[in-house]
Amino acid sequence: MIELKNAGFNYGGRDILSDMTLRLSPGSFHFLTGPSGSGKTTLLNLCYQALMPTTGMVRIFEQDVRAMTRDDVARVRRRIGVVHQNCQFLDHISVRDNLTLPLAVSGRESEVDQGNVDDLLSWVGLSERGDALPPELSGGERQRAALARAIIMSPDLILADEPTGNVDWEMAQRLIALLVELNRMGKTILIATHDLNLIRNTKSEVSARVLRINNTKLQLAGADL
Amino acid sequence: MDRLRSIFEVFSGDTNADRVVPPSGFTSRLTSFTAGAMAFLTVFALALSLATGRLADRWDAELARTSTIRIAAPEGQLAAQSEAVLEVLRTTPGIASARVMSDAEQRKLLEPWFGPDLPLDTLPVPRLIEVLEEGKGPDMAGLKLRLSAEAPGAVLDDHTRWRKPLVDAATRLRLLGLVSIMLIAGSMAAMITLAAQSALAANGQVIGVLRLIGARDVYIARAFVRRFTLRALIGAAIGTALAMIGVAFMPAPAEEGAFLTGLGFVGWHWFLPLIVPVIAAVVAFWATRLAAFRALSRLS
Ligand SMILES: Nc1ncnc2c1ncn2[C@@H]1O[C@H](COP(=O)(O)OP(=O)(O)OP(=O)(O)O)[C@@H](O)[C@H]1O
Ligand SMILES: [Mg+2]
Repeated sequence: MIELKNAGFNYGGRDILSDMTLRLSPGSFHFLTGPSGSGKTTLLNLCYQALMPTTGMVRIFEQDVRAMTRDDVARVRRRIGVVHQNCQFLDHISVRDNLTLPLAVSGRESEVDQGNVDDLLSWVGLSERGDALPPELSGGERQRAALARAIIMSPDLILADEPTGNVDWEMAQRLIALLVELNRMGKTILIATHDLNLIRNTKSEVSARVLRINNTKLQLAGADL
Repeated sequence: MDRLRSIFEVFSGDTNADRVVPPSGFTSRLTSFTAGAMAFLTVFALALSLATGRLADRWDAELARTSTIRIAAPEGQLAAQSEAVLEVLRTTPGIASARVMSDAEQRKLLEPWFGPDLPLDTLPVPRLIEVLEEGKGPDMAGLKLRLSAEAPGAVLDDHTRWRKPLVDAATRLRLLGLVSIMLIAGSMAAMITLAAQSALAANGQVIGVLRLIGARDVYIARAFVRRFTLRALIGAAIGTALAMIGVAFMPAPAEEGAFLTGLGFVGWHWFLPLIVPVIAAVVAFWATRLAAFRALSRLS
C-alpha cells in the first residue's frame, strides 16, 4: 500500500529522515511516535506525496512517486484520508459542505447523502456544528471535522497527524474507537501521536505496530510500551 | 483531445467548482470594469478603422476619376482656348467627358471666399473645365504637353498632388486602428492575468485544501477560469453595448465634415462589434487558464 525503501528527507541540507524502510500492508494499524520535531509529520507527508523524498524510493499504491504526474497525485489522494496536524478548510462554506467536498472534487457529488453526513457528524460529536463555518470551530472541533472529512470517501488508507491533540481523553478514546472500527472494515491506518497512554490503550483493542522516529531513523518500538 | 475536453469542462457540469473559491467582490468588479472599458475602446477603434477604410477607398475612387483644367487668358482669347482644350480632351484616350463649368457653378465655388455678390464677368477669373476619366485615365504627362502647345493659358490640375497623401493618411489611420485593437486585447490579457494571479495568490489556502482532498488541477483552474471568463464576458458586453449606442447616436453623415460624421458602422459592419465580448471572453479564458496552471504547477 505504502512502501518506503531507504527513503530520506532533508530541509536545506539538514537530514530530517534518513534510510527509512517501511511497508504499510493493507488492513494494518500503525502508530508513529517520537519526540516533537523528530519528523513524524514529515514522514506522513512523504506517504501522500506532499513532499518528495530527497533520497531513496517511496511507492504509493504500487506507484513510484517520482513517476507520478500531478493528476496521478490527485488520484491517489482520493484513496487516502489525511488529518493534518493543523487542519485547514474552506472557510467560506459550512462544515457540512467541507465534509462533502472530497466527493464534489472527484465528481461524485451525486453520491452525497445528507443522512450519511449526519451520521458522520454525530460520530465525531459535531451534530450541532454542521452549519457552522470552520473559523467558528474550536481546535478540537476542527480536528474532529478533519477526521470526518478524511473518512467520507471511505479511503483505503487513513493518515492522521495528532488527531487527538486538542481533545479531552474521552473524545480521544472515541475518535480512536472510530479509527479502530474503520480498521476492522479493512482500512489501513497510520496515526502519528506522542500520547503513549493512547497507544497502550488502543493496543488492547487492535493489533497495532508502534514505530518510533529516533535520531532520523525509524525503529520498531517493542515491549517498553 | 484532452485539451478540447478541458475547454468544454469550463462551462459544463459541476457548477460547484465556482463555489469553492470565495467570492471576491472587489477584484471581480475591477475585472468586469477593465473588460468593459477595453471593449468600449475596441469598438471605437473598430469604428475609426472601418470609417477611415471607407474614406480611403472613396477618396481613392473619386479623386482618381476627376481632374480640373484651369484656363487663364486675356478676355478675348478665353473662348478660343477653351474650345482648343475641349478639342484636345476629345481626342485624348482615357477621358470619359469634359465640360466647362457654368458661371453659376464657379460663383458657387468662389462664394465662400469672396461672398455672393461677385461680379464674375468683370473679373479676370480663370475658366474651369471638369474632366471625368475612364479606364486607367489619360497619360497625364502627354496631356500636359499637348495642352501647353494648343492652349498656353491652360493648367492641368490632376489632383494626384494632394490625393496621394490623403489616401496614405487614411490607410495609415486604419492600420493604427487595427494595431490599437491588438494592443487593447493584449492589455486586457495582461490585466486579467494579473487579476487572476492575485486571486490565485489570495486563495492559497483554498488551493491547498483542494489539492489535499484530491482535486485535479483542472478542477481548481476551472473554478478560477470560469469566474474570470464570465466577468470578462459580462463586462465586455456592457462596454460594447454602450459604445455601440454612442456610435449609433453620432450625427448622420453630412456633406460638410464627412469624415467626422461618417465615423460609424455601415450595414453588416454593425455586427462586427458583437464579436468583441466573445473575443474578450476567449482572451480571459486563456489568460486565466495559463495563469492558473502556472501557479498550480509551482505548488506540491
Ligand atoms: N518547511 C520546513 N523548512 C525547514 N525545516 C522544516 C520545515 N518543516 C519542518 N521542518 C523541520 O523538520 C523537523 C521535523 O518536523 P516535523 O513537523 O516532521 O516534526 P514532528 O515530529 O511532526 O513534530 P511535532 O510532534 O511537534 O508535530 C523539525 O525540526 C522542523 O523544524
Ligand atoms: Mg508534526
